[in-house]
Amino acid sequence: MAIDDSIDLEARLERPGTAAGARQALRRALEEAALERPRLIAGLMARFRDLEIAEDALHSAFEEALEQWPRRGLPERPAAWLATAAHRRAVDQLRRLGRWRAKQELLLHESPQYEEPAADASRDLLDVVDDEVLCLLFTCCHPALAREAQVALMLHTVCGLRTEEIARAFLLPRATLAQRLVRAKRKIRDAGIPFQVPPRSLLHERLDQVLLTVYLIFNEGHGSTSPGGAELCREAHRLAGLLRELMPEEGEIEGLLALIELCEARRAARRDADGSYVELARQDRGLWDRAAIERACARVESALRRGRVGPFQVQAAIQAVHAEAARWEDTDWPQIVGLYEVLERMQPTPVVRLNRAVALRYAGDPRASLALLQEDEVRRELDAYAPYHAALAEALATLGRGHEAATSWRRAAGLTEEPAARAWLEERAGVAQP
Amino acid sequence: MRYLLMIYTNEELENGMSEEEKQAMYGEYFGFTEAIQKQGIHRAGEALQPVATATTVSVRGGKVITTDGPYAETKEQLGGFYLVETDSIDGAIAAAAKIPGAKHGFIEVRPIIDFD
Repeated sequence: MAIDDSIDLEARLERPGTAAGARQALRRALEEAALERPRLIAGLMARFRDLEIAEDALHSAFEEALEQWPRRGLPERPAAWLATAAHRRAVDQLRRLGRWRAKQELLLHESPQYEEPAADASRDLLDVVDDEVLCLLFTCCHPALAREAQVALMLHTVCGLRTEEIARAFLLPRATLAQRLVRAKRKIRDAGIPFQVPPRSLLHERLDQVLLTVYLIFNEGHGSTSPGGAELCREAHRLAGLLRELMPEEGEIEGLLALIELCEARRAARRDADGSYVELARQDRGLWDRAAIERACARVESALRRGRVGPFQVQAAIQAVHAEAARWEDTDWPQIVGLYEVLERMQPTPVVRLNRAVALRYAGDPRASLALLQEDEVRRELDAYAPYHAALAEALATLGRGHEAATSWRRAAGLTEEPAARAWLEERAGVAQP
Repeated sequence: MRYLLMIYTNEELENGMSEEEKQAMYGEYFGFTEAIQKQGIHRAGEALQPVATATTVSVRGGKVITTDGPYAETKEQLGGFYLVETDSIDGAIAAAAKIPGAKHGFIEVRPIIDFD
C-alpha cells in the first residue's frame, strides 16, 4: 500500500547500512500510521479548513518521519507523532503564506477551546472525534462537487491512494486526475463548502450521496480485471466500514456494506482460469466464501429490521437470496421478483426494470418478462445496452420464438466488446435459429 | 461568506406570459425577497432589463469598443441577481433553490472573493 502520494516507500527504505529488521519495523510503523489517514486528515481539516494545506502537511510529516525515525528510533505512537508533526508543518506553511494570523483569528472565533499545541504536545492531536471524520466524508462528497471529483477525493485524500493508482484504475491520464483533485480541493476552500455533519433536514439526502460515491468506487473496481480493481473494492469496503463505525444506526450503510461483502464473497468464482468473466449462473459455488456470506446475510437482515429501508439494503437482500441458494436452480426467483418490485418503487430506472424482467423469466413468467422488456421507455433507454438484448433474446427463446431470439442475440453480440462474451452470444444466436 | 446568485431564465418564456402570470411571478419574487430579508441573509438583489437592452464594452488599443447585445448569446439569459451572506455554500444553495426562476431556469451560485 502507498503511505502517501509521491513517497516511494520501497525506494526510501533502501537506505544503505539499515538492517533488514529495522527496515521491517520502520515499514510496519509507517503503514500502520497510514491506516489512520482519515483521522489525520480530518484533524487537520478541522483546524485549518484547507485540504491542500492538510495533505501537504501530512506529506511533510511522513517525510520527517522517514528522516527521523531511523535515527532516533520509532515513536511509541507513530500516528500521534505524525499528527503533531503535520500540525506544526501546517502552521509553518500558513505563516509562510502570510495567512496564519487571519486563520488564527478565524479559529479562535470558531472554536474557543482551540489552542496551539505546546512543543512537547501533551495534548493528543490524533484524538479526533468521530464527528470530524464524518465531516471529512461529507465534505468530500458534497453535491456542489462533480461526482468524479468526489470519487477522486475519497480515494486520494481519505484513503491515501496515489494519484497514479487512481488514474490507472479509471483509465485517465495522471495529469487529468491531478487537476481534478486540485480543483476540487480549491473549490471546497473557496466556495465555502462546509466541514460539518449536515443538519438533520439534509442528513439522509447527503448520506445517500456519500454512499453512492462509495458504491461507484466499488462498482468501478468490481467491473475491472486489473489488480487496481481489487484495490478499489478494498477501499470501498474500508470506507463503508468506516461509515458504519461512525453512524452505526444507519440501515443504508449496513446495506451497502453487506452488498459489497456479498459481491466480494464471490470474487474467487467470478473469473475463470483465463481471467474471463463467469456469470452468476455458471459460477462454481464451492469457491464462494461461505463464512463471509453468512455474516453479510445477517447484516442485511438486521438492517432491514431497523426501518428506513433503502435501495442498498434491497440490493443486498437480492444478493443474499442468490448467495443462499446452493445451486443456481435452487434460487428463490419469486422472492427476487418481489425485491426488484420494491427496488423499482425506490429507483424507477430502466436498468432496474430490466433486472425485474430477467427475474420474472426465471420465476417462470416469460410473457410478463417480455411485456416489460417491450415497454417503450425500457426499449428506448436500453437499446444500446447488450444485456437488454440478451434478456429479450432469452425471453423470446423461452416462448419458442427462435427467429426473433436469434436477431436479439446477434444485436447483443454486436454491442459486446469482450471477445469471449461475444463469441458466446453469437453461439446462442446459432442455437436459437439453426 | 457572500454569494452572488445569478438568475438565468429564458426571456422568451416570460415574454409569452399573460399579464396575470407576470403579476403572479413578480409576487413570488417579492415573497422570496421578503423571506430572505427576514432570514437576515439578503444583501442586495435586482432585476435586469431584457438582453435586448444590453451593451457590451471592451477597450482594445486604448479604444473603447461598444457592441449592441450581451457578451454571450445563450438560450437562457441573466435576468437578475441576489447577493446573499450565509455560513457556507449550503445556505446559498438552499436560497437559490427557492428563487422562483429555479423552477424553469438555472441559478448560478458564485462565491464572492473576500479581500480582507
